[in-house]
Amino acid sequence: MNRILIVAEHLDGKLNAAVAKCVHCAAAIPDADISVAVLAADGTAVAAAAAAITGVSRVVLVQNPANEPALAAVLAPQIARLAAGHSHVFGPSTTFGKDLMPRVAALLGAPQVSDVMAVESATRFRRPVYAGNAIATVEAPAGRQLVATVRVASFQAAAGGGSAPVEKQALDVALPSHTRFVSVSAARSDRPDLQTAARVVSGGRALGSKENFALIQRLADRLGAAIGASRAAVDAGYAPNELQVGQTGKIIAPELYVAIGISGAIQHLTGIKDARTIVAINKDAEAPIFEIADYGLVGDLFSLIPEIEKNL
Amino acid sequence: MQRILVGIKRVIDYNVRVRVRPDGTGVVTDGVKMSINPFDEIALEEALRIRERGAAEEIVVLSVGTDDAQQQLRNALAMGADRAILIKTDQALEPTAIARAMLAIVQREKPFLVILGKQAIDDDCNQTGQMLAALWERPQATFASKLELADGKVRVTREVDAGLEVIEVELPAVCTTDLRLNEPRYIKLPDIMKAKKKPLDVIELAALGVDVTPVLTTLKYEPPPQRQKGVMVKDAAELVAALRQKGLV
Repeated sequence: MNRILIVAEHLDGKLNAAVAKCVHCAAAIPDADISVAVLAADGTAVAAAAAAITGVSRVVLVQNPANEPALAAVLAPQIARLAAGHSHVFGPSTTFGKDLMPRVAALLGAPQVSDVMAVESATRFRRPVYAGNAIATVEAPAGRQLVATVRVASFQAAAGGGSAPVEKQALDVALPSHTRFVSVSAARSDRPDLQTAARVVSGGRALGSKENFALIQRLADRLGAAIGASRAAVDAGYAPNELQVGQTGKIIAPELYVAIGISGAIQHLTGIKDARTIVAINKDAEAPIFEIADYGLVGDLFSLIPEIEKNL
Repeated sequence: MQRILVGIKRVIDYNVRVRVRPDGTGVVTDGVKMSINPFDEIALEEALRIRERGAAEEIVVLSVGTDDAQQQLRNALAMGADRAILIKTDQALEPTAIARAMLAIVQREKPFLVILGKQAIDDDCNQTGQMLAALWERPQATFASKLELADGKVRVTREVDAGLEVIEVELPAVCTTDLRLNEPRYIKLPDIMKAKKKPLDVIELAALGVDVTPVLTTLKYEPPPQRQKGVMVKDAAELVAALRQKGLV
C-alpha cells in the first residue's frame, strides 16, 4: 500500500481548493491510502472540509496557536514527524507549498519532485522544466520516502461528499522561535480566486493605465470571473503583482480564459496553456496570442469590451 | 567579517528558446548562450546594495557545477562580488546534494546572510534555499520582494499567492529572491578587467565529504503538447454566440 500524506493549505478557517486537487493527484497512485494533515490554531472547520473530500481516508488535526499564520519553519518539523510511516508527502505547488515542502524534504532526508503534472506510477511522475518548454519524466527509487509538490493547474478537484474520520493528534516537537509573522496585505474580495476560478479575464499593457484596467474588472464581474494580468501590465503598475499570470506569476487552468490587450509573450503563454478555452482580443492581428487562442478577435479593446457586455 | 554568501547557477540564457533533443536525453545546449540564473543575479544585486549601504563587508559568490561555471562566477565578480568559490563537479546534482555542499561552505565562511534565487530557470525546482535553511537549522524567507536589515534581524516582504506577506527572521538566515526585489546592474568593461584579479577558489566536490549520491533518475525529456490555433471571429456578437454555444458564458 502507498500511504500518502497531504499537507492542507488553509486561510481564515477555509480549506484551499488546491487540496482537493492534491487528493486527485494522490488518488492516481495505485493502491493509495490518503491522509490529510491540518495544522492550525483551531482548524475544526478546515478538517471537516478536508474530511469531505472523496478519496481521503483520514484527517489528522494538529491544533497549536503557533500554526497560524502558517510559517514554513514552524510547520516543517511537525510535518516531518507526521510523515513517519508514509511513502509520499504531498503539498500543493502554491507559494505555501513551494516554501514549505523542500524544508520538510530536507528534514526527512528525502528527495523532492516539484510540480507534479501527471502520475505514471507510485514512483514515476511527469513535471515541467525550462518554463514548460520541456516535460521531464522522473523516477524515484521504490521503498524510499518521497516529497512532492502538485501542480494544481494539472488536476481537477476531487469530488466532495466523503466522510473521513478526523483524528486530533498532539505533537511533542520543538518549534523554532526565530521566525515571526508580521503582516499580510491580502487583497480580499468577493471575486473568485485566480488560481481556482472557472473563468478568468486578463488585461495587458494595451489597457494603458490603471484607470482603464477597471474595464477588465467590469467584464470580469459580468462573467463571474477572476481577474488576471500580464507581466507587462503588472510592471506598468496597472494591476497588483498577485494578479500576474504566467511562468513568473500564477499558472492557471480555467475553463475560460479571456486575454485582452495581451500580445502573448512565451512566459505568459506558459501560464495559460492548460486553459480549456482561450479567447484573445488584440488590435494586432499578428500577436502571438492568436497562435494558441481558440477564438481570436482583432480590434480595439476599448470598443470591443462594451460590445461584448452588450451581447452577454 | 560581516559576510553575505550568494548562490550562482550557470543556466541556459533566459532569451534562448529551449528545444528538447530528438533522442529525449535532455535539451539542446550545443552553441547555446549560458548565463547566470536571473534570480541569482537579483540575489547578487541585493547583496551588493546591502554592502553599499555599509551593512555588509564582503560578498562571496558560490557555484556548484562544472569548470565552465567559472565564467558566470567571473561575471558575478565583475558585477561587484569580492571573491568566488566553485565547488567543481561534472556530476549533475539534485537540490538536496547542492544544499549539502552549500552547507559545508556556509559552515566554513559563516555568513550572516545567504541569498539565493528562488529557483533556477532550467530545472525549475525551487528547493535549494529552503533545504539549505533546514539543514543549517536557520530561518528561511523565500520569494523576497524587499529586504530590510536591522538589529540582527531581516524583515522580508514575500510575494505570496494572497498578496504581500511580511515576516521577520533572526540572522543568520537564508533568503530567496523573487523578480521584483531589484533590477540587477549592468557590467561595465573596466569591471571585467578588475574581476580577473579577484580570487576564485576551486574546490573539488569530493573534498567536501558530503553525500551527493543521486536519488532521482530523469528517464526522458519531451516537448510539451502544442495547442492548435483556433478560429478568428469577426465581431463581439459572433464571439459571445460561440462562447454561449459551448456553455462558457
